[in-house]
Amino acid sequence: MKYKSQKIAYYFFGLSMLLLTLQIVYGFIMGFAHMGYDGLHGLIPFNTASAVHKNLLVVWILSGFMGSAYYIIPEEAEREIISPKLAMLQFWALAIVGVIAIAGFHVGWWEGRKFLEIPRELDFLVAIDVVGFILLILLTLLKGKKQTTTAWVLTMGLAAAGLLYLPGMIFFDNLSMDSFFRWWVVHLWVEGVWELIMGGILAFLLIKLTGVDREIIEKWLYLIVGLTFLSGILGTGHHYYFTGVPEYWLLIGGIFSALEPLAFLGMTIFALQMYRKGNKKHPNKLAVTWTLSTAIVSFLGAGLLGLAHTLPQVNLHTHGTLITASHGHLAFWGAYGSLVFAMISYAMPQMTGRKIYDNRTGHLAYWLSNIGMLGMSISFAVAGIVQVYIERLSGKDFMIAANATKPHFFVLIICATLFSIGITYFIINFIKFGLPTDEALRTDDDYEALNN
Amino acid sequence: MLTKKQAKIFFLGGTLLFALIFLGLSYDTVVSGLPANTHPENITEEVLLGRTIWDDKNCMGCHTIMGEGAYYAPELTKVYDRRGPDYIKAAVNFKNGGWAPNGRHMVEYNFTDKEAEGLVAFFKWVGEMNLNGFPAEPTIK
Repeated sequence: MKYKSQKIAYYFFGLSMLLLTLQIVYGFIMGFAHMGYDGLHGLIPFNTASAVHKNLLVVWILSGFMGSAYYIIPEEAEREIISPKLAMLQFWALAIVGVIAIAGFHVGWWEGRKFLEIPRELDFLVAIDVVGFILLILLTLLKGKKQTTTAWVLTMGLAAAGLLYLPGMIFFDNLSMDSFFRWWVVHLWVEGVWELIMGGILAFLLIKLTGVDREIIEKWLYLIVGLTFLSGILGTGHHYYFTGVPEYWLLIGGIFSALEPLAFLGMTIFALQMYRKGNKKHPNKLAVTWTLSTAIVSFLGAGLLGLAHTLPQVNLHTHGTLITASHGHLAFWGAYGSLVFAMISYAMPQMTGRKIYDNRTGHLAYWLSNIGMLGMSISFAVAGIVQVYIERLSGKDFMIAANATKPHFFVLIICATLFSIGITYFIINFIKFGLPTDEALRTDDDYEALNN
Repeated sequence: MLTKKQAKIFFLGGTLLFALIFLGLSYDTVVSGLPANTHPENITEEVLLGRTIWDDKNCMGCHTIMGEGAYYAPELTKVYDRRGPDYIKAAVNFKNGGWAPNGRHMVEYNFTDKEAEGLVAFFKWVGEMNLNGFPAEPTIK
């Protein structure tokens, strides 16, 4: 850590860990409900649990992105955050709005719009908070000594994510129109500008962890984010197929969304190549593991599992089934969950001065969480295939299919338990690091420090 | 191999080009294609009441409609054709703990007759949309 204000990242990472823990709890409530054990139905019905589960996901990932930006931007721009006090205010505002939103879901204060359940009154507070965050980051970057490509891509990704929240706040009488613009937020986030943020953070991590020349890494970064938008913007069409749009979206969405895995494949090849090229191996093995894992698992979850049901001929039968949940879980985990974990694993030793680089707890965290999530994704896929066969292809009643999937939810819960143990280990390491301290400040580069 | 500058042009140029195509298609969809498929002229006060309830109760937190939502409860796009108005009204207002076919619980609601009629009107409107063949007819007999 080179600048005092980089410590702000710690609070966002801490919030991320807290919200992730809660997200898992609500996931279990839903998993058990699918098996028929819905004892909490009176208190937390399924629609409450699912709204909480999805929004906690969005907020903990965003909090992780914000923390990453507060860590990366000062280092790249070579100056302190312009106002650490405002940054902390922005942190508390995010945390408080998040808590109010989640509490509100329990008393029916929401809008039934998947992923955007936060009511519009609160949306304005979210928007103000995000604008504040973007201004802090942007001004820090502009006033800095350097404006690197990595920093620009990250900042532009964050700014575009903020801007794209707005179409989701407009109300339409027509459900189909509402859905059309809801995807401007959800799709253009996770299959668009979030990949820009991901590219920026991955580039930063690879520069730090492999010692490969910045120019080479940033050239790759442009190519990958170029591929992302080339495929991802028109790929929005794969959410439109069956929601009341003209038929041409089937062709356009099918072709371009089928190209979307290329951007993820690009990231995989890029990360592995840089790691092989790097002549200096960083001793932070946990950060290296999570970074490479992000590049690989995102391709599996977001790329391949997405491709598996993205063509309209296939999607006609799988649309709105548990197949989507299978893809969604491994995609979010592989691309964005793992990325936040990689950043935490890299930044925590820098901020606290405690070199937890390669411990058993950390490796257990990695393997258990990934095996657990892969198992969950497979369980969802099997349940989804059963559902498609019984309900969609054979035309049987929904509940006949739902009852047939119960055994797969049993396996899912076992895998989710493994996943949760992994996350627990990760959080144990997080707590072991302790609080960030100015004593961890260093003026030299990572490698100079390593060589001494 | 590309230089960094060429890579940057590929990124900026590609993004601009595809964003413009996307905006153009979106414009066409919003002004002509989508209204033609979804009959906005049929969105009456009653349909809108149903739609408001759909949002307020987060029905999408369990059900799907147009295939969108959660996977805990049945797809409702064609529920009006499949079950008819009386069944829908009975299910949404079922007492003694709420509707629970095969043991899976729906939240217990206490809708007025007008609200229940609104939900029926909403489902009828959704069922009449042209959704490019969704939901598909079963293929296995």
